Amino acid sequence: MYRIIALFVITIVFCSAHFTRYSKDNFRKYEDSVRFAVPSNFPKPVYDFKNNPLTNAGFMLGRYLFYDPSLSKDSSIACSNCHQYFAAFANLDHPVSHGVDYCLGTRNAPALFNLAWQKEFMWDGGVKHIEFSPLNAITSSCEMASSLDTIVHRLQKSSTYPALFQSAFGSSEINSQKLLRALAQFTAMLVSANSKYDKHIRHEAGGEFTNEEETGYRLFKQHCSACHKEPLFTDFSFRNNGLELISADPGRDTVTDQETDRGRFKVPSLRNIELSSPYMHDGRFSTLQEVLEHYNSGVKKNANLDSLLQKNNQLGIRLSAPEQQALLAFLKTLTDYEFVNNKKFQQD
Amino acid sequence: MKKNTVTSLVALLLFFAFSAFKPAPKSGKCKLIICFQHFVDKQPLKLNDSLNRYLNANGDSFYITTFKYYISNITLTKTNDETITIPDSYLLVNAADSSTFTQQLPDVPAGKYKNISFIIGVDSLRNFSGAQTGCLDPAKGMFWTWKNGYIFVKMEGYSPQSSDKKNRLVFHIGGAIAPNNTIRNFSQILPKKIKLKQGHEKQIGVDVNAAALFRGKSTVDFSTLNFTMGGPKSVVIADNYSEGLFTVTN
Repeated sequence: MYRIIALFVITIVFCSAHFTRYSKDNFRKYEDSVRFAVPSNFPKPVYDFKNNPLTNAGFMLGRYLFYDPSLSKDSSIACSNCHQYFAAFANLDHPVSHGVDYCLGTRNAPALFNLAWQKEFMWDGGVKHIEFSPLNAITSSCEMASSLDTIVHRLQKSSTYPALFQSAFGSSEINSQKLLRALAQFTAMLVSANSKYDKHIRHEAGGEFTNEEETGYRLFKQHCSACHKEPLFTDFSFRNNGLELISADPGRDTVTDQETDRGRFKVPSLRNIELSSPYMHDGRFSTLQEVLEHYNSGVKKNANLDSLLQKNNQLGIRLSAPEQQALLAFLKTLTDYEFVNNKKFQQD
Repeated sequence: MKKNTVTSLVALLLFFAFSAFKPAPKSGKCKLIICFQHFVDKQPLKLNDSLNRYLNANGDSFYITTFKYYISNITLTKTNDETITIPDSYLLVNAADSSTFTQQLPDVPAGKYKNISFIIGVDSLRNFSGAQTGCLDPAKGMFWTWKNGYIFVKMEGYSPQSSDKKNRLVFHIGGAIAPNNTIRNFSQILPKKIKLKQGHEKQIGVDVNAAALFRGKSTVDFSTLNFTMGGPKSVVIADNYSEGLFTVTN
């Protein structure tokens, strides 16, 4: 009798020990390779991974999906087509996105970085959560022209994905939530905080400004920082910067149905701006010089024009040529080469 | 004595072994089944029936091709005024899918209930909480990708009075942000009090009248209002259906 009990106890102890070891191994395997760290000069992020714990396998799956054209209707276009790492995940030289069947969109693909600090996404803020940010492009008939059901079905049938979902989420079952969460693990990890400017602020080596950059920084704080607020270089508000008398694109009005929001667009971050041309919601300006010239002399007065661009009965931001030069020099200190060259964010 | 100890030890081990696999049963939980039936006023709703058209309050004829809606945050009030909100109660009913007409709430505490209330749509918080599963999966076609949030009530169809090029009717009602918030609450005293006994199930019926979208606060004229996807026009429709869309029949 005692023997039977002893055997029973040993079996139970052995089984539980085995299970513990198994789960610990699983955990250890991915434990320290990917970590979301808040830069010391940044505020608290909005996305906290609470419902979507970050793992190496989850991040890798997100990256794999980001670079996979089979997410689009005819397997021709991946997220990475319009979000190129060397352009800080914007679309270099493309004023608007090119979708399936050579369809031309209406807006400039935004750069992707520091998304974990964003509450609203897209030029009009129509997307309210980082996990939903790929949905627009996936379903738009002029972008990837697919649907969540189609993609989930495709991934289920694929020979690679079930195993990748298994290691990322502990089950090979694939659904839209896991798909979107894996993508969010990758996109939320795109943190850009190692530009010369950041090193300057954090008093690190390599952060010494030249006289011109210093002058540019002073001008920036004087004329630009109200909207392009440090350290993320946007206050995430929606503003009309006087591109047109009547905006062809309704902008924020699309989302709010408010006439006063017509032609307002999200203030974009200026980080990596040197790499992410062209500029504005429709990519109308191909150089930063053109952008500064717009603010200097091109601002058009319309009913929704931002009050900061019409101070003292003067439209725009008047800057002399040397001032513009200095401001450009400062803007280039916002380029984060470590970020754009980070192999972790690039395709294997 | 020794034998007793051994027996208790085995019993204890067995208890732990089993409790690890099976959660302890929740005490006093009952099942409430809600059965939805769809109408356009007195007539039963039949989708895609272009030959037998319905009339709206304005006298415009129409037929319906799609009718889907969410209800959520179901709250029951006991006869002693205690209110029970059923956690995670999100239901999506689709007039084209009869498997959605019978919805089960498996975890209702026992008691005697006199009132039911729920949100027509999805509560504000869950509209913006990131990727969901089940009936809130954005793949269900009831989620706006370009202006986030759920479509609370979706009705599509045709009317010769519609000024749309193809005479379409497109009513996608949603939006959880002021001033175009379309979240509406429904509440009704149950015609008969329901007594839920532990481990038992009870059924209630809910009649759903699609005609409620087009009358009430504003009589809808399809020549001027035939398309909305959120915004002020959706508010007009939501204000209409906040009365008369649902009737609990027990």
